[in-house]
Amino acid sequence: MPKDHGIGASMKRREDIRFLTGAGHYTDDIALHGQTYAVFVRSNVAHGRIVSVGTEAAKGMPGVLATFSGEDFKDVGGNPAGWLIKSRNGEPMREPKRPVLAHGKVRHVGDAYAAVVAETYNQAKDAAQAIADASVIEELTAVVNMATALADKSNRVHDEIPDNECFDWGWIEDNRAAVDAAIKAAPHVTTLELINNRLVPNAMEPRASIGEYYPGTGDYKLTTTSQNPHLTRLLVAAFVLGIPENKLTVVSPDVGGGFGSKIYHYGEEALVLAAAKKLKRPVRWTAERSESFLTDAHGRDHVTKIELACEKDGTFIAFRTETMANVGAYLSNFATVTPTFLHGTLMAGPYKVPNVYVNVKAVFTNTAPVDAYRGAGRPEATYSLERVVDKMCRELGLDPFEVRRKNFITPDMFPYTTPVALAYDIGNYQATLDKAVQLADVAGFEARRVASATKGKLRGLGLSTWIEACGIAPSALVGMLGARVGLYDAATVRVNATGNVSVMVGAHSHGQSHETVFAQIVADKFGIPEGAVEIVHGDTSKIPFGMGSYGSRSLAVCGQAMSNACDKVITKGRKIAAHMLEAVEGEILFKDGVFTVSGTNRSKTFGEIAFSAYVPHNYPLATLEPGLEETAFYDPANFTYPAGAYICEVEVDEGTGHVEVTAFTCADDFGNVMNPMVVEGQVHGGVVQGIGQALLELGVYDETGQLLTGTYMDYAMPRADDVPFVTVDHSCATPCTHNALGVKGCGEAGAIGSPPAVVNAVIDALSRAGKGVTHIDMPLTPSRVWSAMNA
Amino acid sequence: MTKVSMVVNGVSVTAEAEGRTLLSAYLREGLGLTGTHVGCDTSQCGACVVHVDGVAVKSCSVFAQDVASAAVTTIEGMANEDGSLGVVQQAFQDHHGLQCGFCTPGMVMSASALLATNPRPTEAEVRHGLEGNICRCTGYHNIVKAVLAASGQTAIAAE
Repeated sequence: MPKDHGIGASMKRREDIRFLTGAGHYTDDIALHGQTYAVFVRSNVAHGRIVSVGTEAAKGMPGVLATFSGEDFKDVGGNPAGWLIKSRNGEPMREPKRPVLAHGKVRHVGDAYAAVVAETYNQAKDAAQAIADASVIEELTAVVNMATALADKSNRVHDEIPDNECFDWGWIEDNRAAVDAAIKAAPHVTTLELINNRLVPNAMEPRASIGEYYPGTGDYKLTTTSQNPHLTRLLVAAFVLGIPENKLTVVSPDVGGGFGSKIYHYGEEALVLAAAKKLKRPVRWTAERSESFLTDAHGRDHVTKIELACEKDGTFIAFRTETMANVGAYLSNFATVTPTFLHGTLMAGPYKVPNVYVNVKAVFTNTAPVDAYRGAGRPEATYSLERVVDKMCRELGLDPFEVRRKNFITPDMFPYTTPVALAYDIGNYQATLDKAVQLADVAGFEARRVASATKGKLRGLGLSTWIEACGIAPSALVGMLGARVGLYDAATVRVNATGNVSVMVGAHSHGQSHETVFAQIVADKFGIPEGAVEIVHGDTSKIPFGMGSYGSRSLAVCGQAMSNACDKVITKGRKIAAHMLEAVEGEILFKDGVFTVSGTNRSKTFGEIAFSAYVPHNYPLATLEPGLEETAFYDPANFTYPAGAYICEVEVDEGTGHVEVTAFTCADDFGNVMNPMVVEGQVHGGVVQGIGQALLELGVYDETGQLLTGTYMDYAMPRADDVPFVTVDHSCATPCTHNALGVKGCGEAGAIGSPPAVVNAVIDALSRAGKGVTHIDMPLTPSRVWSAMNA
Repeated sequence: MTKVSMVVNGVSVTAEAEGRTLLSAYLREGLGLTGTHVGCDTSQCGACVVHVDGVAVKSCSVFAQDVASAAVTTIEGMANEDGSLGVVQQAFQDHHGLQCGFCTPGMVMSASALLATNPRPTEAEVRHGLEGNICRCTGYHNIVKAVLAASGQTAIAAE
């Protein structure tokens, strides 16, 4: 029988009730007395010198209360990059200031250079148009293409950066000579040039922010669509506006998806706070979808050349990559770590390859900032590796399954340190591959291929074996690598007097189901019903300083902090029980919610201990404080390393080039699983985002820097009839060795492992039909596939 | 501003609306029914779907004045009279057909309208029927399962 509650049970979600009845509480749902509306004036050119800002035009228009321009914020701080990367020559990266509102120049279409606040939304909208009409922007030539940006020193996104290069990073630079020599001497080298296509995250809830100011106390409140309210508070308070952190509360209520795009602090958040102080009224802003397309941080956008050197039998000798990574017009908060430490360090994959070298040049362009999007660097690494391995197998006539098996790090080799400096703690890549082969019925593929052929369809099968690194830590190490924040997390477990529990967590749930799953863990630890546990998140005035949710870190970092805090509560409970039961602490056992003196039937329930802690009439006050509330900060000893094997089958229409994904199979190792239903849902969603990247999605800028894909009519999101059911398995679990829950993280897996599986399947279909196609860049639209087949 | 009246979730209501006020804004700001979400402003994402006289409509594509006196049902009107979840809502919870919850109201309204006209749809018909609603979280897998389950086709829903 599957468990029906506690750790490992597929419990239904408590948060669903409000979401299914229209009672969710998202930022734009909040109405405040006296509220006003901000609308931003955004550049319609990609690159331009601001000659004048027409805020005067809005003065006196109906309902207009205030206008702002870059001039108003030129003396406050910039929105910083969270990670300092050093170039190969030892120089620090170039870090241009990212202002609240553009000042001097506008640098991408959508760059806000003014804002207006009015009594109603429509009044603000009308006034914003008047300001736009009255402003003079001298258009400059846009820098869009990365190679051109690096080569043309006369045209600069930032005047002080002559070659538009943010950094030129090598990982690991000391490996370079050995890797070069190994490739030169290798019996076979496969080379692949590929593009990891630019994506627009498209969380379904547009970004929204409400600023409030309380003149009586000088306190501010920001309600905003953030994945990490404490990080936002730190950035907007300490770095941008200079508000003391203890005078600013940041609340992220229900948030409608993030996928990375809501990690970052954006200028709109600072603007609504500054405007609220000026007007002493709440100021609200909600993005239109077109603003989301233009200003949410985009994802991916790498141009890569990868070389794989191997023996003739497919034994890997070396990987070498050269990548140009687009960072857009300004550095978003995680923009510099994403193409470097979240990408280069994964470039050994799950393989025992002795030589790896990664070079990444980050390039400024007149496009929206690019930053971490579901997977963040790891999908780029996985795509490069799994595509080049597939190409090598075709060149040498080798079986792609056997080549992976031959090169996998084997279970007896852990802990295993890769040439790119990660120390994998545990895994079993053979097991997940075997499971995927079985579930996908690879043995039956030939029969299915023949059946497809009778319908005139070309069938192909693609494989990807992936690994990622989650729960980035320890802080001391990442600090040495350039991180400007710690990467621990925190939880406070407050047992209330009547025995129910409030748990305040630093993680933030915007779809991840924390309210249900975290409660399962606490209930399991304490032996109490889930219904007695409440999870509190998303409010800096209530929760301890935690880093929020991204990078599949919620459970592996914050979940472990919460578990540790529970252990502290149990330890204190033992002391209280020992006093009440007139025993010594070492004799007290805690199981299923009952403290018992070992070998006796003398016991106290969890609720009795809690009551005693708050009504300490019979209590060891001389040695123990009253109350039952503990906080734990947890800074992991290492990353966690989820891994798995994905198999995709496609049918390609020879006449049109249309690709249909007919089956998709995932065998993942996430370590221990807290709620299988939730984990499977995360994989389903990630896989479909990956199928979207592989077949549908592309953010396109034209040569003048105009975003051609600025609506859902132009940017193809996966819809229900674009995808099949996804087969998911997580039974091949090797529990993480350095957190007590044994968990690894599952949020990004689907988006990391799936794109190369899809593309490999299409190439397989075309190869079997003798089309002579070795690569097609994503997305594999009918036009691209047909053109490749008919080249 | 003029006053616009209609019947929303069985109750006669009146709120002010400009000629350009969309039904979505009328519901959210005029009536405080914030369960209807606006995801794209351009009638492509489906988060704002409501029923107007029983037909699924993207409420961001209709002026409030144009549906004056109509009977409108929103997500707030989908639960049973005793407050328990309706059949489609319950199927979404049972099959984990939602994650962040933002597209969910529109999904439930579209799915309900689909089942009203096609009580036992095939998987392909469900996928086609929900093609106007974008979900970024679930990959549609559990949404399709939920809708099939809500139609009483448990064998299919269990795959």
